[in-house]
Amino acid sequence: MNILVCVKRVPATGGRIVLTADGSDIDTRFLGFTVSPHEECAVEEAVRIAEAGGGSTAVLTLGPAAAEEQLRDAMAIGIERAVLLETDGSDWDPVATARAITDAIRAQEAANGPFDLILFGNESADSGGFQVGIRVAAALGRPVVTGVKSLQPGDGRIVARRETPAGWELFELPLPAVVSVKEGINLPRYPSVPGRLRARKKEIERSTPERRPGGLEKIALRLPQTEATAAEVIGRGPDAAGAVVDLLAKLGVVDR
Amino acid sequence: MSGPVLTLVALGGAAPDRASLETLTFARDLAGQLGAPLEAVVVADPTEARAAAAGLAGRDVSSAIVVGGGGLTTDHPDGWAAAIAQVAAERGAAAIVGAGTERGNDLLARVAARLDLPMAANVLSIQAGDRSQLVRQRWAGSLLEECWLDAPVRLLTVAPNTIPAAAPDGSAAPAVVDVVVTLSDADLAVHVTSREAREHAGVSLTDAKVVVGGGRGVGSSEGFADLEELASLLGGAVGGSRVVTSAGWRPHADQIGQTGLRIAPDLYIACGISGAIQHIVGCKAAKHILAINTDEESPIMGVADYAVIGDLHAIVPAVSAEIRRRRSA
Amino acid sequence: MSSVPAQARVVIIGAGIVGSSLAWHLARLGWRDIVLIEKGQLPNPGGSTGHASNFIFLTDHSKEMTAFTVDSANQYRELGVFDETGGIEVARTPERMEELKRRMASALSWGIEGTRLLTPAEVREMVPFIEDSVILGGFYTPGVGIVDSLQAGTLMRQKAVDLGALTVVGGVEVTGIDVADGHVRRVQTDGGTIEAETVVIACGVWSPRIARMAGASIPLTPAVHQMIDIGPVPMFEHTTKEVGYPIVRDMDTNMYERQHGTGFEIGSYAHRAILMDADDIPSIAASALSPTMLPFTQDDFDPQLEDSLELFPEIVGDESVGVKLAINGLLSLTPDGNPIIGETPEVRGLWSAAAIWIKEAPGIAKTIAEWMTTGEPEIDPHGSDIARFYEHHKTPQHIAARATEGYNKTYGIVHPNEQWASNRPIRRSPAWVRHQELGAVPFEAAGWERPYWYEANQPLLEEYGDRVMPRAAEWESRWWSPIINAEHLAMRDRAGIVDLSAFALFDVTGPAACEVLDRLAVNNVDVKPGRTVYTPLLNGAGGILADLTIMRLAHDRFRVVTGGGMGMRDRKLFQDAMPADGSAQLHDVTNAWTTIGLWGPRARDILAAATSDDVSHAGLPFLAFKAVDIDGVRSIASRISYVGELGWEIHVPIEQGLRVWDALWEAGRPHGLAPVGIGTYAVTSRLEKGYRAHGAELELDFDLVEAGMARPTVKDADFVGKEAYLRQRSQAPAAILSTLTVDDPTSSTGVKRYMLGREPILSRDGRPLVDGKGRRSYVTSAGSGPSVGKHLLMAYLPPEQAVEGEALLVEFFGERYPVTVAVAGSRPLFDPENTRIRS
Repeated sequence: MNILVCVKRVPATGGRIVLTADGSDIDTRFLGFTVSPHEECAVEEAVRIAEAGGGSTAVLTLGPAAAEEQLRDAMAIGIERAVLLETDGSDWDPVATARAITDAIRAQEAANGPFDLILFGNESADSGGFQVGIRVAAALGRPVVTGVKSLQPGDGRIVARRETPAGWELFELPLPAVVSVKEGINLPRYPSVPGRLRARKKEIERSTPERRPGGLEKIALRLPQTEATAAEVIGRGPDAAGAVVDLLAKLGVVDR
Repeated sequence: MSGPVLTLVALGGAAPDRASLETLTFARDLAGQLGAPLEAVVVADPTEARAAAAGLAGRDVSSAIVVGGGGLTTDHPDGWAAAIAQVAAERGAAAIVGAGTERGNDLLARVAARLDLPMAANVLSIQAGDRSQLVRQRWAGSLLEECWLDAPVRLLTVAPNTIPAAAPDGSAAPAVVDVVVTLSDADLAVHVTSREAREHAGVSLTDAKVVVGGGRGVGSSEGFADLEELASLLGGAVGGSRVVTSAGWRPHADQIGQTGLRIAPDLYIACGISGAIQHIVGCKAAKHILAINTDEESPIMGVADYAVIGDLHAIVPAVSAEIRRRRSA
Repeated sequence: MSSVPAQARVVIIGAGIVGSSLAWHLARLGWRDIVLIEKGQLPNPGGSTGHASNFIFLTDHSKEMTAFTVDSANQYRELGVFDETGGIEVARTPERMEELKRRMASALSWGIEGTRLLTPAEVREMVPFIEDSVILGGFYTPGVGIVDSLQAGTLMRQKAVDLGALTVVGGVEVTGIDVADGHVRRVQTDGGTIEAETVVIACGVWSPRIARMAGASIPLTPAVHQMIDIGPVPMFEHTTKEVGYPIVRDMDTNMYERQHGTGFEIGSYAHRAILMDADDIPSIAASALSPTMLPFTQDDFDPQLEDSLELFPEIVGDESVGVKLAINGLLSLTPDGNPIIGETPEVRGLWSAAAIWIKEAPGIAKTIAEWMTTGEPEIDPHGSDIARFYEHHKTPQHIAARATEGYNKTYGIVHPNEQWASNRPIRRSPAWVRHQELGAVPFEAAGWERPYWYEANQPLLEEYGDRVMPRAAEWESRWWSPIINAEHLAMRDRAGIVDLSAFALFDVTGPAACEVLDRLAVNNVDVKPGRTVYTPLLNGAGGILADLTIMRLAHDRFRVVTGGGMGMRDRKLFQDAMPADGSAQLHDVTNAWTTIGLWGPRARDILAAATSDDVSHAGLPFLAFKAVDIDGVRSIASRISYVGELGWEIHVPIEQGLRVWDALWEAGRPHGLAPVGIGTYAVTSRLEKGYRAHGAELELDFDLVEAGMARPTVKDADFVGKEAYLRQRSQAPAAILSTLTVDDPTSSTGVKRYMLGREPILSRDGRPLVDGKGRRSYVTSAGSGPSVGKHLLMAYLPPEQAVEGEALLVEFFGERYPVTVAVAGSRPLFDPENTRIRS
């Protein structure tokens, strides 16, 4: 099976997000970068499927030149090749992102043959648009399922499982297909040192896509107002049990 | 006069679910800004949808649209997207608003892809205009983005647990409008082919009135026994932070946070959880938060209403014992 | 928000390993009302302690750092947090193998037990996963180990709390430090204000920021040290010990590797120095991991991965072993690589405990605690004393330049005379242009560019032939020239002129000046105006703090002349003694005066030719000084000598220094005056004369009796250390400073080898010499003695060996050379009757 994984470089934020002085972006001076946990799992899933059943794997990102780091991270755990759609690092809205990725996939498929499976993370960690995978699937005319936490590849089809409050919904999709996965589908491996070193030496296919925005445009970012109310300390140690149960009763979550 | 604001209403049981009621509250405001009628598309099979329409009384909904035909069921996400697109076209919708739930985002993104229109997910507020100014969530709500949405039909989802659902007023129940849609085979290609029930019994994290959450401070999977005991005494459920599910102390399905579940119980008891933003976004909708932690300065204290300082493995069993003592008294 | 006590005897800021150890040692020494405040949360506050690699290698070429480290290892061991794993420093190059031999010698000098050199096969026996074909050998130390520094901090805090001495407050941030009348008064925090007369900054990489709040300077820079943690390693699955194999330092690649549990940690000092500003460290809340664990920069580490893969292919090359953690950890770097400890010169009562690594932290904390309590630390901390810095050292430009240069020398082969290359020149004497014309090779001291020798003296090599004791071995020829010895001989034969601008000079004036100085000096300073006194300074325990000269300019006016290296430290010793009422005051005149030395049998002829003032023996006897006009420049000629020749230190107003240099030069040419560098002044000529030097022979752990500097009588007046000094005089010394000559410097390969200092002295049967106080004998100073035709060594020897004619050995690069005690005590080897000086 030939698999493409699409990932997005995002800052690895700490306990509190810090914005640049003009509020236009996150202050990333002291932050590392990563991909969303969903996408880490998508990369791992692609490697596992290829390890189990053969086929090729590729990773693609739309982002600044530095996003090479995230592509190499993916190659370090076993993705074979990488495609960088290089931008100036500014925000691309979901429509523009999906258009550029769709074009790139078409070009890739024309050159290297079709992808049986295209994986996305359910949503990006930063902008959280919940739509790029669906838009790409629609543009390519392929079936898509989101929120997937289990994949079972079969012959010319794949079964995707989505969690519901009651249990699981199963979708049997004909290939080629698009799937957005969620963290929990697997436990991603750590890269090995030889993997790192191999990834470092690999070529990355680069191109500069045209930006065709779709009508959603960032004005500014701001941090949500948080009520700076300190918690009321109702006790210390096990002696506080009585006070805790009084509180539970007051809140009506335990019978008086 | 503007075309209607179409609101996608999902059911929880027989009635509109909470997120949909929140969405209706948002949509009613938007309709007011636009001077547009507020209409609801009940995303359910026709019989259930018709029955649920009465439950929309008091929310200023003029029409409850019941969609049928073409083999459409709730197991067909693309079928529903096609149906909504058709309804929107027929009625000249000015906006399509859904809940920013997993299903809502999925459905509206499919509609958006079909109509080739922009869509904004997890919106908190809107100033409608030729182009509308939105505030929406990034980073699962840790960060807010102000943005322009410039489109002939405004497609957006409403961030759950951020806008309290308004209580119903005296306005009438909507008129039920039946719409029959035409679907292609392709629209029905993606569908739920089967279901499996969850083995794990008990109250679900998203439904529980009390959730007992554990973090790094719990120390091990065995350490969760204390939390399980308290949760069962309170009729609640047990969840954990990402640390806990990554370490394998709890199944991933129990993760509360940015990449797990968002919960909104009456009380969240956070045990040994420091309070990284990725976790806070999953639990901040709780009505009350009680933190049990050795560290008085941990970030969880900034969001908790109440705190007990100390070792959770001493405090939690003591609380359970106290509950049992009072019950037997 | 936590709240802090309103008052404290001492506030320690920072609860990393340094602050926690210090709290315990102060408590142990009887301090109470100690308040330890910490911005982060305990037990891991988020500073460098939390991500340190926590291993301790014992041997350093520095005696001071080794002493701190060994003491720390012992403290960790007593706390039960030391896991003795052994450690191996491996060599990939022949140069490194030589360096490992030198480390063997240092281990012998400082008493590190059980060290030995290993063959590659022996290394592999201990570390079965190492690729032994890559290495040439190893230096094994059994006492190397890993500590749990966070646990150590917790235990030490608890011990202090148990004594009722310590209050720990976490989660409070310092917002200000109030200073009044030059003394610290209180610490402002976001949890309240603490009144305290003593405050210690133990804030690691944040220390500069905190010091600045009080108007003080702690010149360090945060810098990145990269490390990664890989695992789980299948080979370690059945390792029952947390650490079951020796730690390996891959010295030539500036890396270390160690197993822990099923993991394998790889750290590096090889990448470019990545410096930060203390103000730029993110807050705890904004940090992904902790403020001092910054995002890994993969590109910097990739080359190191290749090196590591080469040495540990079975582990690092295992595809199943993953990179679990990779960080850019912050640590502190200083301009000279040493810690920064002691009371700040800017603010009384404000102490620094910064730039300290895990391996030396408890030992340094103990030293600071002793210093704070009695002023008498057991280990001499002068190399780490914060007061050592000149203003130019404190500039961000200098700190960044030297930290960058020093970083990659962390595991480097650093020559004892190695010169810094960056941010030079800083201070140039008035005669700098002449030095350049004469081809001076400058060595830096206190920022001054001091000519070490002059290439223009090349012709002297021919004149003196083999008497210049030429060197064939590269190591001791590095940072050296035979011209040094030729200059020495020319000075002894005719005369030499020496630029001594690096001296530090302070005038002490006022009605109480004499009394204040006399209270500090061992020797009587209440002499006639126009006389110079050479005197040591002691601490209360009788340890030697300094040696310097004091000139009495007038009845209420003195001038202290001391070496540049410890100049600022010495200034603080005097400054601290100045009375609050202003009856004696110190004025630093270092930058107002330059000093020119003129010595040799022809020195008087030359000076007489340059001045019309009477410079005869009667007109200007030994240890006297007076104003003389040289080419119209009113200078002070002081009849004194550190080289053992007739002559003067001539103090000249600095802006007229070049004029006097030129006048003396012109006057000297007919007499064969040679420009003479510091290589002669500071090494060869003083060794022949048995003159002691601070930092070599004179340190806190030796006394005047042992140093052979006790005079027949002790002055009546009281002075610091007098009681201890009298006690020392009443006892037989445990060691006697001696001068040794190398009998035959020829190595097994027929090359003549010349020791450079710090080598171990052994008995003829190869045993280390240990004196009654447990100190080992080592070479305190070494150098050529061109006039006596021998390579000279100084060493403290136990009385049994301090016998003239005693045959001993010195170890140098793995070989042992026969040496003989030439002088036990302070009698000069050259001109024993001092007739030259007094002529």
